[in-house]
Amino acid sequence: MTQPVSPPRGGTDKTATAGRPPAWRSLAARADVRTLSLLGVLAALIVIGGVTKPDEFLDTRNLQLVLTQASVIGVVTVGMTFVITAGGIDLSVGAIVALASVWATTVATQEYGVGGVLLTSVLVGLGCGLVNGVLIAYGGMVPFIATLAMLASARGLALRITGGRTQVVTVDSVLRLGERDSYVLGIPPLVLVFAVVTVIGWLVLNRTTFGRRTVAVGGNPEAARLAGIDVRRQRLYLYLLSGLCCGIAAFLLIVLSGSGQNTNGNLYELDAIAAAIIGGTLLSGGRGTITGSVLGVLIFTTITDIFALNNLPTDAQQIAKGAIIVAAVLVQRRTAGTT
Amino acid sequence: MAPEPPLLSMSGITKSFPGVRALDGVDLDVQAGEVHCLLGQNGAGKSTLIKILAGAHQPDTGTVRWRGDPVVLRSPIAAMRLGIATIYQELDLVGHLSVAENVHLGHEPTAAGFVVRRRAARAATAELLARLGHPEIDPARPVGRLSAAQQQIVSMARALSHDVRLIVMDEPSAALDPEEVDNLFRIVASLTADGVAVVYISHRLEEIRRIGDRVTVLKDGRAVARGLPAKTTPTRDLVALMTGRTVEYVFPERPAPAPAAERPPVLQVRGLARAGEFAPLDLEVRAGEIVGLAGLVGSGRSEILETIYGARRPTAGQVLVDGRPVRPGSVRAAVRAGLGLAPEERKAQALLMLESVTRNVSVSSLSRFARAGWIDRSAERGAARAAVRELSLRPDDPSVPVRTLSGGNQQKAVLARWLLRGCKVLLLDEPTRGVDVGARAELYAVVRRLADEGLAVLLVSSEVPEVLGLADRVLVLREGHVVHTAPATDLDEHRVLDLVMNAHPVASEGSPAS
Repeated sequence: MTQPVSPPRGGTDKTATAGRPPAWRSLAARADVRTLSLLGVLAALIVIGGVTKPDEFLDTRNLQLVLTQASVIGVVTVGMTFVITAGGIDLSVGAIVALASVWATTVATQEYGVGGVLLTSVLVGLGCGLVNGVLIAYGGMVPFIATLAMLASARGLALRITGGRTQVVTVDSVLRLGERDSYVLGIPPLVLVFAVVTVIGWLVLNRTTFGRRTVAVGGNPEAARLAGIDVRRQRLYLYLLSGLCCGIAAFLLIVLSGSGQNTNGNLYELDAIAAAIIGGTLLSGGRGTITGSVLGVLIFTTITDIFALNNLPTDAQQIAKGAIIVAAVLVQRRTAGTT
Repeated sequence: MAPEPPLLSMSGITKSFPGVRALDGVDLDVQAGEVHCLLGQNGAGKSTLIKILAGAHQPDTGTVRWRGDPVVLRSPIAAMRLGIATIYQELDLVGHLSVAENVHLGHEPTAAGFVVRRRAARAATAELLARLGHPEIDPARPVGRLSAAQQQIVSMARALSHDVRLIVMDEPSAALDPEEVDNLFRIVASLTADGVAVVYISHRLEEIRRIGDRVTVLKDGRAVARGLPAKTTPTRDLVALMTGRTVEYVFPERPAPAPAAERPPVLQVRGLARAGEFAPLDLEVRAGEIVGLAGLVGSGRSEILETIYGARRPTAGQVLVDGRPVRPGSVRAAVRAGLGLAPEERKAQALLMLESVTRNVSVSSLSRFARAGWIDRSAERGAARAAVRELSLRPDDPSVPVRTLSGGNQQKAVLARWLLRGCKVLLLDEPTRGVDVGARAELYAVVRRLADEGLAVLLVSSEVPEVLGLADRVLVLREGHVVHTAPATDLDEHRVLDLVMNAHPVASEGSPAS
């Protein structure tokens, strides 16, 4: 009598799928509206770029450049998307990128070659993420405060390591990754890394228990706890994940710039948060979209490129970014209200 | 002679919320200088009535007269301007501000229109506190550092800082020690001597006898008796007025009990206690059995369930499932041991409102559908669909967002979560809160069927008929203590209400008052 009610196995699924299409389709359609509107904005930007600077903008080299620049911030944004989906925030990403990039480019580290540089970047990122995660998940600190403290400390430590000097990369195998002859079918390796991180991020968020728990913790932490989810451990993992993404991004930045500087990653936290938000991830948690975040990153990077090609000043570019954030959020509130 | 109109006269007040008619034509007259008690079970409409009086809710129909003139209490400020102050059960004080700042919040004495005259505010506050018999409270102290009783005094001082003619007190004695209750009654007496009227809400009959002048009894949104003499109306009459049901729920039949040997105890609670919340508690729930905990708000019901479930850490005692102790204070250990909780606040504590029914149902069993963390979504959907069908949840398509479901079906989604998990013990905290009358019978049938299939069910409800109708065995709680245990068929509503309301549980029959 005390037997638990056993769950049905996969066999019952045949009948189950019969009634599914209509509701499933409407859900898909709703998700598509958001993604499609972002794709529309991106397409419009490409048209603008193509019309204003037809020769420069649509040039293969320019497109490769745009994608390469998107890669660094893109990887950071994937990590940020997880953290925000779980109802948190990570203000320290830019500082972690800076610290990882300088730690991985010290003379001592460079002696170990490309492996040493990569490993150091990743470990420094994970280490910072671990501190954030422990403080937030087990120390009960508010994410905003804990990561703000990390922002200050990591930048300070990066400055101490470099003494304000640029650390030039001398390891050939690192530099070579950024050169034209290591492109795969015309795609820079950095962009490939970004693509791989994006795909893995999407799969983890949408297809794994880790992703499901992330969404549950963000949507209703108390309900998640009472449903038997280890909310604190999940939060620790999320900041570790964000740190890992920062470590990877730091390595990409080292390859891209051929150096490590304590000023690296300046304001990445704001760019990553902005990209996630215009992509459709809820700042209050409970809903996150990797696709949206990546489109957000591409939109911002494309704008920067178009402004640069047209010799427009940075201030105008920043005003445009601000306007886009406001417009995107207003449009999303509209569509969220009607469905 | 022309009688003077009452200070307050409410007539024909109705108020509906989606799915519920909270007030159905209530009349209430309050005279200056009297203590008018409002009596009624949970859900009888007392809170709604006082919120209308405080200007927090607007009535759908009905009129309010103040000293004979019709008035509209459009907002809390409007009510306050007339001289109506409300002291809620959940005190609405700002913890970080000082006593004086709280008392004058929103009407600070100012110089030049915006500079707060702090010294004047403190002096005025000290005067009010002295009038309330608590000169020892420092007006400069942050309210958050005061005891519950002192905070209540501050709340009262805030009411008196306005020119108050009527004070509504919602269960003011719930958080107080006996001496503090005595002081409260002294304050009430001095207020009424000054001609202030008090509307006093309490579950404790003995308090109503001590300080009340007249009693109005609410039941199912109606005033079933108005202006009864508080001191002389027999207890039996008051209880009968509060209970006499108009809505009959359909409860499922109880199966003939199997011999105890065939039904091992699944859940055993031994000496479980939480200091300040509930006294050491022993209970057992056998497979197939529904045990009910009956008690009023503040009797420790929800706290007991949440402690058994590991959401609160006990100060003593242990919980065993199938004879094996469960690590205390850990929800995960409890869930692994086979406990499942349907919490009181479904939306805040159980549901992921942005998600589909499927994901809400599967959230506690994710690892079952996952290999190396990778979720087999078709297996997940199939299992969720089967659980949803088993409980006849409507609509039976689990891909719809859970927020589109009715209260009853949301509750079924929570039950489906534990059904899918294969739990052995189901803890139900107010399972029919926010569930409309028609859907209740169905939910009762579902719970009974789950028990028949071998689950042990522990049920908590403030609705006595629900406990009596659904449970096999009932434990009656009063202020954290079990005062009575009996098979549900040996109890009736009067008896249970006597037990939960009176300090002396045996005095119900043949008391001199009746």
